[in-house]
This record gives sequence, structure tokens and C-alpha cells, in this order.
Amino acid sequence: MSVGIVGYGAFIPRRRIKLEEIAKVWGADAPSYKRGLQLHEKSVPGADEDTVTMSVEATRNAFARSGGIDPVEVGALYVGSESHPYAVKPSGTIVAEAIGATPDIHIADFEFACKAGTESMFVAQSLVRAGEVKYAVGIGADTSQGAPGDALEYSAAAGAAAFIFGDDDERNLAEILATYSWTTDTPDFWRREYMHYPRHGSRFTGEPAYFRTSMNSAKGIMEKAGLKPSDFAHAIFHQPNGKFPMRVGKKLGFTHEQLETGWLSPWLGNTYSGASPIGLTAVLDIAKPGDLVLITSFGSGAGSDSFVLRVTDRIEQVRDLAARTRPQLDTNQIYVDYGTYAKLRGKIRMAE
Amino acid sequence: MISPGRSWREFPQRYRLEAEKCTECGKIHYPPRVTCSKCGARTFESLVLPREGKVVTFTVVRVPPAGFTEQTPLPIALVEVMDGVRLMVQLGDIADPDEIEVGMPVRLEFRRISSDGEAGLIFYGHKAVPSLDG
Amino acid sequence: MRDVAVVGVGVTDFGELWDKSLRTIWAEAALAALADAGVEKIDLITIGCMSPGLFVGQEHLASLLADELGMAGTAASRVESACASGGLALRTGFAEVASGLSDTVLVTGVEKMNDVDGADATYALGTAADQEWEGFHGITFPGLYAMLARAHMQRYGTTVEQFAAVAVKNHANGLLNPHAQYHLKLTVEAALQATMVADPLRLMDCSPVTDGAAALVLTTVEKAEKMAGNRPIVKISGSGLATDTISLANRDDLTELKAVRVAGERAYAMAGKKAEDLDVVEVHDCFTIAEIMATEALGLFGPGEGGKAAEDGLTAINGKIPVNTSGGLKSKGHPVGATGVAQAAEIVTQLRGEAGDRQVAGAKTGLAQNMGGSGGSSIVHILEVAS
Repeated sequence: MSVGIVGYGAFIPRRRIKLEEIAKVWGADAPSYKRGLQLHEKSVPGADEDTVTMSVEATRNAFARSGGIDPVEVGALYVGSESHPYAVKPSGTIVAEAIGATPDIHIADFEFACKAGTESMFVAQSLVRAGEVKYAVGIGADTSQGAPGDALEYSAAAGAAAFIFGDDDERNLAEILATYSWTTDTPDFWRREYMHYPRHGSRFTGEPAYFRTSMNSAKGIMEKAGLKPSDFAHAIFHQPNGKFPMRVGKKLGFTHEQLETGWLSPWLGNTYSGASPIGLTAVLDIAKPGDLVLITSFGSGAGSDSFVLRVTDRIEQVRDLAARTRPQLDTNQIYVDYGTYAKLRGKIRMAE
Repeated sequence: MISPGRSWREFPQRYRLEAEKCTECGKIHYPPRVTCSKCGARTFESLVLPREGKVVTFTVVRVPPAGFTEQTPLPIALVEVMDGVRLMVQLGDIADPDEIEVGMPVRLEFRRISSDGEAGLIFYGHKAVPSLDG
Repeated sequence: MRDVAVVGVGVTDFGELWDKSLRTIWAEAALAALADAGVEKIDLITIGCMSPGLFVGQEHLASLLADELGMAGTAASRVESACASGGLALRTGFAEVASGLSDTVLVTGVEKMNDVDGADATYALGTAADQEWEGFHGITFPGLYAMLARAHMQRYGTTVEQFAAVAVKNHANGLLNPHAQYHLKLTVEAALQATMVADPLRLMDCSPVTDGAAALVLTTVEKAEKMAGNRPIVKISGSGLATDTISLANRDDLTELKAVRVAGERAYAMAGKKAEDLDVVEVHDCFTIAEIMATEALGLFGPGEGGKAAEDGLTAINGKIPVNTSGGLKSKGHPVGATGVAQAAEIVTQLRGEAGDRQVAGAKTGLAQNMGGSGGSSIVHILEVAS
């Protein structure tokens, strides 16, 4: 039995806003924000993009790498996000309908702040492992909001990553060797029902939340799998800004080189449920057969899902069958000013 | 506006670009219809349209209709995806309407097309975005 | 088939008629036509109206309007073919008299468009397109014609200056038409600087939103001869009706208005006439490009030559073939259901020699071309002075 990823894909919208543009409007000191957060710019979804549209395109990319899996063979599909377009009506059904996976399928939407993506992945691969379904899709996607003028406005970005899991030796491109979750009730960041923007506990979101949770999750999985940091070729952590993932990685004993490939936030921003999953796609885009990869997510509230993966030979045959992640990030950007950004993000009060 | 029933009925064409090919003469119809427009036959087989095409003609609507007034300017094109198979779509991810050209290669991507206000249904479909190198 | 004559003409002012409702505007035109004909007994009323439901929330015009005229009991019928509804009302009336089903028919067209706001009017007009596969994407009528314009420019090198020439000519003619919505002198420079509506069409390339009505009385030529007095008898010698695909995606050739060509061929065949025989023509210039393409489809000019012909003045009132002496939809206005009837009214007026400053000297044969949507339907009538 080798349960693993049989197809993966990411989608990043083309629009960007530079941190200076935002700082200018709110009278903030751009250089010190950039230094403090280690962020330069972030992705901005178009008015026609949302969690569903990005999930569809990321999932299409995943199927392109899957060696011809017919979507009707997918037994489960999950979308994890904190910006589902509907409060009631699943994103998952629209995605499944668009890729042709309905009706013989189990679908649910997940939410757990920024770790809803890895949650989908965790449940999807577990169903495959349990023999319940042949293939299962786990997606993390977000177009999250930051309140105007708040620190989160500099980082809240948009993107999606999708993974197809199966127990299929011919299609396996990264085997899942271990999973582990570490979860407590930690009130670091929240949004009440019907409120537009989230709130957070400022510095409480750091040590007691992000660092404590991520570190316990990473240490826990390495202990469970009998591995140490030097065993890994790559490690990916949740990326609420540019600084935190590097700091937590180094605290755990990983080097800059191990963390670099999956570290996209300085140019992408924080894609919330997409963050560590998109980082994983960037790693898979260049990883070598035999590489061990650690991915440790973080979701406020708080919890962290970790996976240890071993890349197979098949990765080299499939990585170019769909758009790679880094080119989506680094090329063909459309830069917008704050006024356009505010219009696209629905921050301007329109007439009734 | 578009009712839930009507929007649901159109999912195969909107979401999956499902077209139909006449079993007698091979003409492809998108959207499907009851009678082949070329030979009059009434039997068809299903196919999915490719998602790459070219712009045949286009405009940029500066005065949109009700339901689209926040989407100004609105570039719309006729895109040919296969020989003789054309569809009308919005153009997406256009930074500057001056960059649109007849013959431009485009890709069909899943996007939001419109919605029934803040509380109503969201209508998804495909838009044509510029095919980019790299 | 019997020979059919037009014996009465009535046209209201076209414009934003705030103090008049659909029924009062309609009745004004109807009564004017009846008075002009000197006729009181009508066998049938036909009504061309595109969308009273969307514009004023009213259907069942047949009953409503017959009643409004004090003629409850008279046969009546409302017909629709988007912006060609008026032409269809004329065709229906013509067929009834020609076939012998009716002796005297009141042909009317009306539209009341200003009781809804701009975005809703655009939406209502958009229902002339394919709602599901064109309207769904947010296209408008200017947008559809803009796509045709671009295809025409791409293939034939037609220019925006040529579009402007059409608008300038039609506004110049409109200055001479007392009923026209706009009496304004337009220059090519002003047209080229007007607000862009849908690239490459600007505000001056587009016909306006208008309230208005027009009416004609038809009867047999035989009866007309007894009524005429000294006025020339104008007969309808040709009528042609055709459709084309409703959506642009399914058109064979985006640079040709095939429905116009086919309807024209059918009308020419019935009348035993050719394009060269025409002295005066009204075409459906909902947009300047539509006039250019219609003149080509009717055989007035070769394919791709319509733009240059307009630019060179061939379609001016004193030109080789005067087009839209009324001012066209552009300056006279376009109350959609009324237009087809108003076009025929202008031809009748010309053939009677009653067009005043707009008169084309010695006009004996004329043509009126009405069109629905982006060319999805077209109705052409040929009229001539009965010898």
C-alpha cells in the first residue's frame, strides 16, 4: 500500500499590490513594515475570482498531472477555505460539478482559519488509506480579507492548491509516510458570524499560537516518523508573513536552503488555506525523486497538520504537464493601485 | 434575472463547456440544440470543447447593462476554439483594453460571470484570458 | 394577390415624451393616419411593438389599443420581431389586404421606452440578442454592432471616419424633419470625440432611446383610386421577410447582414425591381455600421464599399442614392416598434412629393428596410407610385 499524491496543481491570480501602495494610504512607514513582516507585495483576486474559481483551475492542473484519471473515479472532494463564497452552499459541489466528478461522490467544505487546506488534504488521504474511496481530492483556497489599515491588510492574499490522493503505485508522485496533528483551543485570531473582517490578538498570535502550535506539530511528526531535520530535502511552514516561517523553521533546526523553495510569502502574501499547500506545490515542481518533504500548516484557533512525504520517480514525468507555481508567481503580474484594490475587494461602500 | 432552475440546467455548458456533435454530418453545436443547423438531423454525441482559442472579433463595452454596471470597462469577444466553433465570452485579466487584438490566443478559465446582487446566486462560467508564454 | 396601396400616414413627434403614455402616443399616430386617409371603417389593426412588457409592464396590446381608439370589437394583432416589429406589422397588414382577408388595415408601430431607466432599457433591448448565450456575458446592442464593425474594418478597411460621415449626414437630414428627436448639426470632429460606448462605436454612432408612434392605412389600389383626389397613389409592390442566426457566434460571415440581403432579394423579386431602380431608401441605422452594411446587403453598393460611399456623399439627399432622408434612426429617433412603420411613412411621403425640404426630386420608387437585433431578422418593403 502506498497512499500518496497522484496529481497536484496550484493557481495564483495575476493581480498584485505592492506593500508601499497600502502603506501610503494609511500613513504607515512602508520600509519598516516591509522589514518587520518580510513582505514586498501580495496577490489580489480579480472581481471575477473567488475560492471556487481558483479551486477549479488548481484542480484542473492537478488532473493534468494525474496520468489521465477520470474525474468520475473521485470518491471524495473537499475544499478548505475561510472565504467560501457562500455561508451556506458548499464550494465543493461547484468545483466537483465543474470538473465532472459528480454525482457519485462525497463532498464537504472545511474551515479552520489558515489550515482548512491541509485539513481537506488530511481527510482526503485518510479516506483513501481506509479503503473507502479510490481517489480523493483535497483543496486549500482563499481570497481572504484584511481590515482596512490593519496589519493583516498587508498580507491577506489569494491563491489555491489542489491535491489528488490515491493508493496507486503507477500514479504516485509523492508517498505520504506519516501524518500528525496538534490542536488546542487558542483564541489568537477569529471572525464572528456576519462580521466582515477578522480580528486578532496582536502579539498573542506569535509565540503562544503560531510558534507553539507549529513547533509541537513538526516535532511530533518527526518523533512519530523517527526523523530529524537533516533528513529532509525541503520543509514548508505556514506563511502569515515572510518572517514567521523562516523563524520557526530555523528554530526547529532547518536551514535556509531547506526552507527556501516552499517560502513564497514575501511575493505572494498569505494565501491562508492555500499557504503551505501552495508552498508544497512549489517544492514538488523542483523536488528530486527520493526527497523527503515536511509540510506543517497552521490554523488559528489553533491547530497544525503535518505530513511527511517521499517524492517518487514519477515526479519528473508530470511536473511540466501543468503550469508550475513559481512562474505563476513571478511572471505576467498586473499591478493595481489601492483604489482599484479596494474596489476589487469590496471595501468601498456602494449604493443600495 | 436567472432563476436557480435555469442556472442549474445550463451547468454542463457553463461549467464544463459540453457541446454536441451531429452524428450525421459532424457539425459541432455549442450550445446544443434540437436540430442540426447544417443537415437537420436530430441525433448527437457529446463532446467537451477545448479550452484554447483565438479572438475573432471583440469590443469593450463602456456602458454595461443592468447587473454588470460595476464591471466597466467590459471586454467581450467572439472566440473560436475549433474550426467553426465560436462562442461569446468576456475577456478576463485584461490590464489595458488596448492590448486586445483580433487573432490573439486565449485560454478559457473558470470565473465568476455575474451574480444576483449581494444575497442572490453567483453565476459561474468561463472567460477568455490571454494565453501567456512561460 | 390584390394590389395594396398606402392611403394614410400619421407620425408623432419622436423624443422623450414624458407627459404621454404608450396608449396616448399610439392613438395620436393612429388618428392622424385615419384622418389623412379620410377613412373611418377598419377591418384590422396591426401593432408592432417590441417589448411593452419590459418597458411598461403591459401586454395584450391588441385589446388595449383597439379599445383606446374606440374600436373595441375590431380585429387586432400585435406582432414582434425585436426592432423589426414595425416592419412586421406592415408585412402583416399587406398580406391581409393582398390576400383578400381584409379590405382596410390600420398598420401601426409604437414604443414607450422612457418609463424605465438607462440600464433597464439596455437590458430590455438586449433581449433581442441571444439572452442565454450572449446576454449572459453582459453584452449590449452597441457591443454586438461594435463586434460587427470591427470585423468589417478588419476585412474591408472601413474606418471610424466613415461611420462619422453616416452620422453627420443623418443629423443633417434630421434638421429638415420636424418630428425628429434631435435637431443638431453634427461635424465629423465632434462625432470622433464623442464618448466611447463600445469600442469602436461612440455615442454619435448609436441611435437613441425614444418614445414615438407611426401609423399607415392600407387598402386595395382599386379602392384607393376612388379616394385619391389629386394625390399620387402609392402602392406596395414588394415585401420580403428573412431571418438569420440570432447569435453572432453562429453567423456564417460577420461582415454581411445576410437577413437583409435575403429579405431584399425576396422583395426585389416580388416587385420585379433591382437596386438601380430605387430613387430613395430608408435603412435601419440603429448604429452607423448598420447603415453601411445594410446598403451593401441591399445591393446599393458592393461588399465593403458602403463606408466609402457614405464618405463620398453618394447617400446624401442630393446624392446618387439618398439614404435616410428622414434623418434615420440616428437623428429621428428609434422607438423600436414604431421604426419600421415610420420608415415606410417617410417613403410614402417622398413618393407623394410631400417631403418639403427633404424631397428627393422625382422620386417614384422607394425601399424601406427594417431589422431586428444584430441582424437576426429583416423585413424589406418596396413602394412605388402606381401609374
